[in-house]
Amino acid sequence: MTFRTFLRHLREGTKNVFRNGWMSVASITSIIVSLFILGVFILLVLNVNQFADEADSQVQISAFLNSKVDQKSIQEVQTEIGNMPEVSRVTFVSRSQGLKDFKQKLGENGKDLLEGYTEATNPIPDTLKVEVIEPSTVPFVASKISALNNKYKAPPIYKVNYGKGTIEKLFKVTRAIRNIGFVFVIGLGIMAMFLISNTIRVTILARRREIGIMKLVGATNYFIRWPFFVEGALIGMIGSLVTVAVLYAGYHQLVQSVSQDITIPIHLISIQSIGLPLAGLIIGLGLIIGIWGSTVSIRKFLKV
Amino acid sequence: MIEMQDVWKTYANGTHALQGVSVKIDRNEFVYLVGPSGAGKSTFMKLIYREEVPTKGQISVNGFNIGKLKPRKIPYVRRNIGVIFQDFRLLPKLTAYENVAFALEVIEAPKKIIKKRTMEVLDLVGLKSKANREPSQLSGGEQQRVAIARAIVNNPSVIIADEPTGNLDPETSWGIMQLLDEINFRGTTIVMATHNKDIVNTMRKRVIAIEQGNIVRDQLRGEYGYDF
Repeated sequence: MTFRTFLRHLREGTKNVFRNGWMSVASITSIIVSLFILGVFILLVLNVNQFADEADSQVQISAFLNSKVDQKSIQEVQTEIGNMPEVSRVTFVSRSQGLKDFKQKLGENGKDLLEGYTEATNPIPDTLKVEVIEPSTVPFVASKISALNNKYKAPPIYKVNYGKGTIEKLFKVTRAIRNIGFVFVIGLGIMAMFLISNTIRVTILARRREIGIMKLVGATNYFIRWPFFVEGALIGMIGSLVTVAVLYAGYHQLVQSVSQDITIPIHLISIQSIGLPLAGLIIGLGLIIGIWGSTVSIRKFLKV
Repeated sequence: MIEMQDVWKTYANGTHALQGVSVKIDRNEFVYLVGPSGAGKSTFMKLIYREEVPTKGQISVNGFNIGKLKPRKIPYVRRNIGVIFQDFRLLPKLTAYENVAFALEVIEAPKKIIKKRTMEVLDLVGLKSKANREPSQLSGGEQQRVAIARAIVNNPSVIIADEPTGNLDPETSWGIMQLLDEINFRGTTIVMATHNKDIVNTMRKRVIAIEQGNIVRDQLRGEYGYDF
């Protein structure tokens, strides 16, 4: 193919997009809708993932101690937990410190709630706070700590607690979002492809005569196909660029307002860190959908 | 040049358009195809430019076995065959010049050659002065001349003409026939289906008559032979 012919194909393909007016608008819109939803889901999943990671690293084991345990046993238990290879840190939190922490955590709202509790009636037991190196070992370490009771006549540990279930729930939610998003995006993507292939079909029907003449005077199928290929790619390109722009503006706004509002304790992923790959993915998908849509519809018409 | 051996063509709807046709057309011949409507004339010609494939039998055009031609080779065979229709089949939004040049653009000829060659053939068909007119601004005869110019611009060895004078008045028809005769004289084989008795009987050429999918007559300087 000569360069001049290539330019001709580009020109023809571009003309077709405008010539088809509303059909092109419909295809571009459907691409925008499906890619936009894809983008929103990707952002959602990424942020939930990050949130889960953050929460994960904060998981602690609390070993509540029986009230009648002597200081020596506490020391022993603490060293023994500290010697476990999975554990990174053990801290002793006394019951009075625990009450203070709890009061602070509840803040203003909890003032009335804890009012009646004094040092003597403090319901919070002494606690060993255990941090592990690898969050996935939490349940294992917790059961190991519980087993320490077996060594003593009077069990020093009253109860072992960790965020059992919360993490699992979070992952379940992430997975659900991911799956639903996947189904949505596939469905919308297919819809977009059909709309594009329909647009191209209208072009082809309108230009059937021209195509017939082209074939008659000996145009190769490639020569006939190229403008349609360009048309599909262009539709996909326009659709994905608009999507990227809308997503960028929307997410930028969201990040701004979230970071300004201190009552929302969530760190959103910054645009800088995900913008480029996400834009690349969306534009790439737009091109694939557009080109696929056009290629499929011409194939039927070009059979001699 | 064109050779058919026991060619059958049955369409999907069960019509037997051709039933065992064998014929040989030599280089530089001028052949009229005559016969009633629906006898198989159009199929005969469509097989030559590979619009249709034979159900049975062999066709060779310019040494190509048309029935076994690979789809990607078809365009290259067609570049050597010019086709003219009763309804001209010009592109309405292009000028006469652009319509002719289109056939050269499609085969990616260099721009200089397109210009030179297009003006050459427009001159040959007598439309050099109307090169910039669109088909709607041209008479029927002039439109057919543009179509002929387009058909010959690639220097094909064969021209297939399906009732080229069917839509034209007698006087214009004679102009077109003189043009085709001139093209034939310059060395192009012409196969022309026609219902025009006067032309066939006056401009004597080889006549092949087809009826119900069979060749019923083949005369070197033949007559039309029908009353319709």
